[in-house]
This record gives sequence, C-alpha cells and structure tokens, in this order.
Amino acid sequence: MKRVYVNEKWCLACHLCEYYCAFANSGEKSMVKALKNLKINPRIHIEEKNGISFAVSCRHCEEPLCVKGCISGALSQKDGVILIDQNKCVGCYTCVLSCPYGAISPTETGVMQKCELCTTNASGTPACVKGCPNGAIVFEERGTV
Amino acid sequence: MAIDFLYPEFEVVRDQSRCIACRVCERQCANEVHSYDEDLKLMVSDESRCVNCHRCVSLCPTRALKIIKSPHTFRENANWTQDAIQEVYRQANSGAVLLSSMGNPKQFPVYWDKILINASQVTNPSIDPLREPMETRVFLGKKPTNITRDQNGKIKTDLPPQLELELPILFSAMSYGSISYNAHESLARAAVEMGTYYNTGEGGLHKDFYKYGAHTIVQVASGRFGVHKDYLEQGAAIEIKMGQGAKPGIGGHLPGTKITGDVSATRMIPEGTDAISPAPHHDIYSIEDLRQLVYSLKEATEYKKPIIVKVAAVHNIAAIASGIARSGADIIAIDGFRGGTGAAPTRIRDNVGIPIELALASVDQRLREEGIRNEVSLIAGGSIRNSADVVKAIALGADAVYIATGALLALGCHLCRTCQTGKCNWGIATQRPDLVKRLNPDIGCRRLINLLTAWEHEIKEFMGGMGINSIESLKGNRLMLRGVGKKKKELSILGIAHAGE
Repeated sequence: MKRVYVNEKWCLACHLCEYYCAFANSGEKSMVKALKNLKINPRIHIEEKNGISFAVSCRHCEEPLCVKGCISGALSQKDGVILIDQNKCVGCYTCVLSCPYGAISPTETGVMQKCELCTTNASGTPACVKGCPNGAIVFEERGTV
Repeated sequence: MAIDFLYPEFEVVRDQSRCIACRVCERQCANEVHSYDEDLKLMVSDESRCVNCHRCVSLCPTRALKIIKSPHTFRENANWTQDAIQEVYRQANSGAVLLSSMGNPKQFPVYWDKILINASQVTNPSIDPLREPMETRVFLGKKPTNITRDQNGKIKTDLPPQLELELPILFSAMSYGSISYNAHESLARAAVEMGTYYNTGEGGLHKDFYKYGAHTIVQVASGRFGVHKDYLEQGAAIEIKMGQGAKPGIGGHLPGTKITGDVSATRMIPEGTDAISPAPHHDIYSIEDLRQLVYSLKEATEYKKPIIVKVAAVHNIAAIASGIARSGADIIAIDGFRGGTGAAPTRIRDNVGIPIELALASVDQRLREEGIRNEVSLIAGGSIRNSADVVKAIALGADAVYIATGALLALGCHLCRTCQTGKCNWGIATQRPDLVKRLNPDIGCRRLINLLTAWEHEIKEFMGGMGINSIESLKGNRLMLRGVGKKKKELSILGIAHAGE
C-alpha cells in the first residue's frame, strides 16, 4: 500500500504541507478563501528542533492502536487507509492517547480529525506531497510498516 | 548613523487580499526581508534587504507576492545613469572594490542573436530526426595528423586519449565551496546519466564524488587547492585553469567564512582561512612553462587523460590559443566575457575580455591557417543560453560547449547576482547547511537531465533541418550561418556571410 513517508534530510520546515493539508480539507476552491484570517488546524504537523525538522501525519499502521481503542466505531480501516467517521466520534480522546505518533488531533467541534491520505477530499492524492517544494514528503509503496 | 544615499533597488509588492500569512516567505528568506507583525496581524517586508531572488515568490502558495524594480528615480541623465551614480555612492560609503557575481550583464552585443541558421529547401533533403538516426556523439582530444600503418600494413588505430560525449555539452567548472555539495551532486549525477562531464573547479573533489570520477574533469588552478595524486587519477581529464571569462587576469578569493568542514578538507587548507588563488600560476610565465605543467600532469597520469587548458577570451586570443595548441594540450577551453562567477570585482567583470563568438571564430580560423586545428579540440563557454547557441558555436568551430549559468538556472538560480554574500536562498551558492538542504539533488539532477535532453532534441531538429545527420558535419561549417545587422568587419571575423548573400 502507498503511504506518506517523510525524509527529514530534505525538510525545510517551510510549513507549506500544513497549509496545503488545511486547504485540501477545507472543501473550498481557493486557498485564499479557505485560509485567509484563519488559524489553520491541519492533519499534518511539522516538528522542528535544533535545525532538524520533519512532517508528522498518520502512518496508517497495519495494526492500528487507534482503531482498536475507538469506543464508538468511528475509526475504521479500509484498504489499509485508516478513516474516521466524524458523525460517530464521541470525542473521548482514546485514539489521541493511544496513537504513538501524535497524528490524531481534535477539531474545533470536539470530534477528532486525522489524515485520510486525501482519499475523502477533492485532492485525490495527498496534497502535502504535491505541495512539498523539496521532495521531503513522498507518497510511495515501501511494503509493510 | 550617517546616511548612505542609497534607496532600495526593488519593491516587494504583497497583495494583502491574497496573503494568508502562512509565513513561508519569512521562513525561506535568508536576507530576512519578510516578517509578521503581531499587532497589525499582517506580513510586512523590508525591501532594502531584498536581492530579487524570487524564493518567496516561487513558494508563496497564493501568489500574493511579486518583486518589481523600484520606480524611484534620479533626474534623467544619459551619461550619469542610475547605476553609475549609485556605484559612486556605494564606493564612497565603503571605500571598497565593488563585488558582484555571475556574468557581465551590460549592454554589449550578443552576436548569437545576430546569427541565423540555414535549412534545406528543395535542392537538398532535410532529415526527420524522429525517424532517422542522428549522431550527436563527440570525441574531444588530439586527432592524428597522418594515417600510419604497422609492418603488416594495418592502419594503426591507437589514438591519444579522448573524452567521449554523447552530446556536445559539458558542465563547466564550479568549485565545491563556490557552490554547494548538493549542487555538485546534481551536476555529477546528471553528467553520468547524460554521458557527459562536469568540472570540479579549483576546489578539489569531495571523496563522496570519487564514484562519479569517469564523468569528472578535475581542475588544476593557480591556487592548486585540493590537488593530489588521487584527485588527478579520479578525473577523466585534467583542466589547467589559466583564466576565467568573468574575471580575466584576476585570481580568486573564497572568503574564510565559506571554508567550513568538508570544504576545508577538500581544498586541503585549514578551516576559516581565506582561499586565495593568485592571478597567474606562479610557475607559468610562458608557453614553455605551460608545456612543463601539461607534461607534468600527463606524466603523473601516465598519458591516459587528455589535458584541457582553459583561458579567458582576451584580445590576442588567437595567438594565445595557437601557443596552447603547441604546448601539448589536448583541448582548449575558451571562456567568453559573459561567463559567470561566484564573485568578481564588478569593474573587471563588466569591462574586461571579449565576446566568445568573436574569440571562437578567430581561434578556429587561426588554428586552421596554421594547420594545427586537429592538434586540439575547442570548447567554447561564457553564456551559452540555449540549443541554438550550441548549434551556432559548433558551426563557428567549437567541438563542444561548456554551460554553467544555464545549468544553475535549471537548479533554481534566478540570477540575482549576489552569490558573493553566501546567502543563496536556492541552496546553490552557499555553504550554510539550512540553505544547502533546499537543493534536493534528486530534483536538481532530474532538472539538469531534462534541460540537456530538451536541448539534444532541439539540436537534432536543427541538424535535420540543415540536412546534416552527424554533429561532425556541422563542426566549423560556417556556410550554415548568416549574419544580420552586423558590420562587414564583424562578419569577417566571424567568418560568415550576411543574410541574403
């Protein structure tokens, strides 16, 4: 299965992936309209310290702890992609606590959000990968995680 | 603080209705032009720091930015232009030699643009390069004067060492130090993939790049930085750098701040020391002296590698080239006055040297007249901008061309001409690790390969149009060229007729 991988060697901490993520999941056609005057809440985050940086988003684990822990059945695994049904989410934060990568975060409405590899939005393929100027995020087949 | 009389050259125009304050411009500008004002909740810019490199413009996801030339003006004066006035201010402020980088940007004639290429019509067929084979392979080196036979009457085929190129384009010398590790890696990998060569410049060869040695030209310049036995043995050819088009007669100076870690080890000088290349080679004061170095290098590498001598195009270039051809060199590289550099005194860059088109034509002519053209191959460099320039250079008599500015543009350079500051936002002319990593060699190498592949297609189209199916038949074929709008003297030096003749 193709997954999003990061290579910190080429990450510039420009944070563009976060903005492309927020835009892709906004449902808007224009990035300006989607993100102007907004504090974005993307599903991918740049971690940076001491000159090292990389983007963190859902790893789409083969044995996902978040899906196992979900008390309401909101999280599910379909063709390897871990999806969230926000209508079912009760905001218990079990997934947030169980994710070893810190890749699940709450939205303003209290339900959780996570990377779904842009399979459920208009982008189709991961917008963070398309928007990375330096090839630091890639979408490729690397076998099992 | 005393006033400096200088007003910023550019304006940063930000369309606030588009700006989403993502701050990518701020994070990506090593000159610290952009910042976020917490009170105003707006991105603001200090245009006095802007060098117009377009890093912010290219990365802005909403296209909210553009850089324009400031319309701020002096009273119009055809003699004292804005540049002339500001350069006086700058020198009165600093007391220093003006420095700049890349090639001569002044209004001198570009002869390439006044030369037109022929095509076949009716009386001779053109060739479709997509249907028929086209030969762009070139061999650089001495060619035999006579056919010699062994005792059985068989023709002897052992040639002096040759460089084999799949297309007549090489990457010219740029040192590790003046450009980054990732820029070098991009060039090296592209040269391997395309069957051509890149050139170390005078900064030595990083050990990581020994594996690309078969596609590397190693340079020996006046500072002799990084020259040792392994280095000479790694290269496919050795280039003696006598001069450079951007700064003929001038040495080099890589400031100590750029001599960090690997650069210092590769150059074999202590960290933080200035790398000063003398103006002349202190052991070369004549053609006879040059011959000694040529043969020392041949001796050191067992006569297995061709020796290139690179000179800047200057007034007596034809006589100089004739001397070099007699020194034992296999290849002469001539660098025109538009050739780039990582740093040069502005006055020298803008006023010294001659156009490559004239230099190339006169050298080729002179060597033919003296019957020694086959003793050397010619490489022309110093602003080859596209495939048409390549075709014209070959028809004027070059065996191949050197490109460097074009290659850097492919890597992202925007010709802002501030390499000397070491703060290249594109990760090319810098040694700052956070900036160097901006050039991912996987991307850089791909872009260089694309550029050369595109040029190769176009060169084949030109050749096919002329009814020529081998680059050898184009070499020195000046009948394929015509001049427009140039004086008789210029055309006679170029050795071409006027259009219509």
